[in-house]
Amino acid sequence: MPTLTINGQEVTVDQGSTVIQACEKVGVEVPRFCYHERLSIAGNCRMCLVDMEKSPKPIASCAMPAGEGMVIHTDTERVKKAREGVMEFLLINHPLDCPICDQGGECELQDQSVAFGGGTSRYDEHKRAVEDKNMGPLIATTMTRCIHCMRCVRFSEEIGGVSDMGSLGRGENMEVVTYLDGVLDSELSGNVIDLCPVGALTSKPYAFTARSWELTSTDSIDVMDAVGSNIVVDTRDGAVMRIVPRIHDDVNEEWISDKTRFAYDGLKKRRLDRPYVRKAGTLFEATWGEAFSAVKKGLNGLKGAEIAGLVGDLADMEAMLALKDLLASLGSKQIEVRQDGAALDTSVRAGYLMNSGIAGIEDADYVLLIGTNPRIEAPLVNTRIRKMIVKRGLAVGNIGPANDLTYTVEEFGDDASLVKSAKGGRHAISKALKAADKPMIIVGQSALTGAEGAAVLKMARDLADKYCIADGWNGFNVLHTAASRVGGLDLGLTVDGGIASILDGASSGKIKAAFLLGADEFDSAALKDTFTVYIGTHGDEGVKNADVILPGASYTEKSGTYINTEGRVQRTAKASKAPGDAREDWTILRALSETLGETLPYNTVAELRAKLEKAAPATVTLDTLPDEAWGDFGTEGTVGKGGFTAAIDNFYLTNPIARASTVMADCIAEREGTDQAEATGTNG
Amino acid sequence: MNAPAKFAWTAENEAAAQKHIAKYPEGKQQSAVMPLLDIAQRQNGGHVTQEIMEYIGKYLGMAPIRVQEVASFYTMYNHKPVGTHHVQVCGTTPCWLRGADDIMDACVKRLGIKKGETTADGMFTLGEVECAGACVNGPMVSIGDDYFEDLTPESVVALLDKLAKGEAIKPGPQVDRQTSAPEGGPTTLLGKAKSDSKEGDA
Repeated sequence: MPTLTINGQEVTVDQGSTVIQACEKVGVEVPRFCYHERLSIAGNCRMCLVDMEKSPKPIASCAMPAGEGMVIHTDTERVKKAREGVMEFLLINHPLDCPICDQGGECELQDQSVAFGGGTSRYDEHKRAVEDKNMGPLIATTMTRCIHCMRCVRFSEEIGGVSDMGSLGRGENMEVVTYLDGVLDSELSGNVIDLCPVGALTSKPYAFTARSWELTSTDSIDVMDAVGSNIVVDTRDGAVMRIVPRIHDDVNEEWISDKTRFAYDGLKKRRLDRPYVRKAGTLFEATWGEAFSAVKKGLNGLKGAEIAGLVGDLADMEAMLALKDLLASLGSKQIEVRQDGAALDTSVRAGYLMNSGIAGIEDADYVLLIGTNPRIEAPLVNTRIRKMIVKRGLAVGNIGPANDLTYTVEEFGDDASLVKSAKGGRHAISKALKAADKPMIIVGQSALTGAEGAAVLKMARDLADKYCIADGWNGFNVLHTAASRVGGLDLGLTVDGGIASILDGASSGKIKAAFLLGADEFDSAALKDTFTVYIGTHGDEGVKNADVILPGASYTEKSGTYINTEGRVQRTAKASKAPGDAREDWTILRALSETLGETLPYNTVAELRAKLEKAAPATVTLDTLPDEAWGDFGTEGTVGKGGFTAAIDNFYLTNPIARASTVMADCIAEREGTDQAEATGTNG
Repeated sequence: MNAPAKFAWTAENEAAAQKHIAKYPEGKQQSAVMPLLDIAQRQNGGHVTQEIMEYIGKYLGMAPIRVQEVASFYTMYNHKPVGTHHVQVCGTTPCWLRGADDIMDACVKRLGIKKGETTADGMFTLGEVECAGACVNGPMVSIGDDYFEDLTPESVVALLDKLAKGEAIKPGPQVDRQTSAPEGGPTTLLGKAKSDSKEGDA
């Protein structure tokens, strides 16, 4: 623990810290471009030069290890001169196109030039120009602006795990490129936009649509997967202009997936903006009153057992509770959240959570993946695993289809029965689990779907019970793919036989009415003859056979409670307005309940949340990793030899918003154009 | 262009490559990328191709872009076919002060091509490089693997003439001096060495 003096202040930092980190600790600002705390140290921009006593020249503080007794000055004349000099060099070839640059207003070069640069330019030679590169549909390039900090190259290599970027040439001819001018083939590629300190890499879909100072920022939560990435929704005049990450070290660090970042254009397309009622096979626009009457008429005379509810992947807990209460008032307990048919068991909360937590991966010393492809199911979980592999050689084994996860995995084979063999003690998997102090099992949804899902869950539970449960460590983890799933399970939204029993009931006529709360991930043909009420945001699968459509609000248009795969409760915030007549889902259900004569007992969201806290006690505390008691769950059963089916077919098409997004469609088209389809991670 | 034969090491070069790889610890075989690129460039007749870089990437377990970064950084790797004799004129300050411009002009005139071009008969490629480290004997050119130093426009043209005729030429200084010793023979230490000097080893 070296102690050093910075501008006269003493500070003690951890062994292995650098001078720049010590400066940050005492609140001394050091300008930098290439240095980024989550990337390896490059030391190539020279902007962080500071004075060190006994050193004949200024040192690069990002690359200098903090040493005992060092005396650092950041406010000397020499440091000022050094910064001005470096800045002058950086600006030699940087164009003066800030007025037409999307980075303008939030540009590190601009800001630091104002703060640390000289006032005037002495340079009147020609500036170099660099040809723009093609980096696919997400990243716009203006490579003339590049200052060669190499953050994007280091990010794609170290975090993204794809060696697609590099720098070619030397000196004045150096250029940052993607290999063979191809797409940056990572689900996390958009993060290079945030990392780029200048306007060389900017967002293509956002290009020239807004200036940073016109935007209103709202802190929110992402619902594209079950990670619950923290995001900032930037809006202008009530429209979502872009989505950027917010730092949460336990969840998404400071990255977000491309789907999280870029699917927002789907919020403006194919939206349901007014109620519809089907008359003689055709949907007609209707008023709310007409739509509610139509629902009342449709439910007329039905018994509770003839009504069912299906909850989609993006539903917030407020809406789920309101639907559950509404169905209960109609006498029905049939409401199901497991749209994919995963045989999750609500009896023990620890049985459907990622108990170790995402940050827990950093403590784990062995990870066994069972039927999961984290790269596309939860890119940020994958990033965390990869981080630990790079950092300290975390060993990872896989039972399930072999996928390119951007790191090397010991493949045990795509065979569900291996989970049983692993428990035995003689298999290589058992030995690995046994040898580890903090082993993790990550069970994906593809392991839990299908006829043997419940048995696989039980086997995985038993395997975890034998090897992964210790004092202060629960290594059993379920990796969900849907943002609504854990919340729905907390509310007990399951029926025996799952979604299949509801759909079978609908086909056979046992179920005569169905409420779909944004449920789009199943074949709705089964609901052809069922009176179907669809509450949701997009004209997607669920509306095909709907008789009444009630337009709801998407995740950026309401404050909704979501529980991520770890069991962490987080809340979205209302950033934009729902289009047209669309309303927040719980208010629709509340209003409908009045028409149906069984008014739900809450008038405000606060009242609803009070009920929610009773129904799902976890929602009392926001943003904490729960510590749930271990127990027995799953169903004993035999599992034959056989593989798992992928939980997600296409990363870019997992929900109605993403399916409505043309940017997501462009991502797919770009990859289909290449001949390395199997390496993209997009085909499941 | 005819479809080129797929690149693969000749047995001899594979052995040479393995020898270089063996110099580095297990898992650090990527360190051998530069000698391997050089061997491959020679095998390919003087330049590396995308295919070769990918081949070496695969051979050393590194991403092709990492090989390409190295190959594009160093001027010793050529990315276009070069002539039988690759003439590289040093243009850095010491050589330049000693008349490198005249050497370049003489080469341009003699060969009838500009910098970066290859003669129609495929005999010569002319290029300019930064310091080749023979400053004491500037101006100089390197032709293939050899340095030709202490040049004058006349002597460099004479070299090129000989090469064009297929005659052998003598590497090193083109004036009367041994390596970088003084021109015309030694100017110091002319006396007889003492037989039992203890510093004699130095």
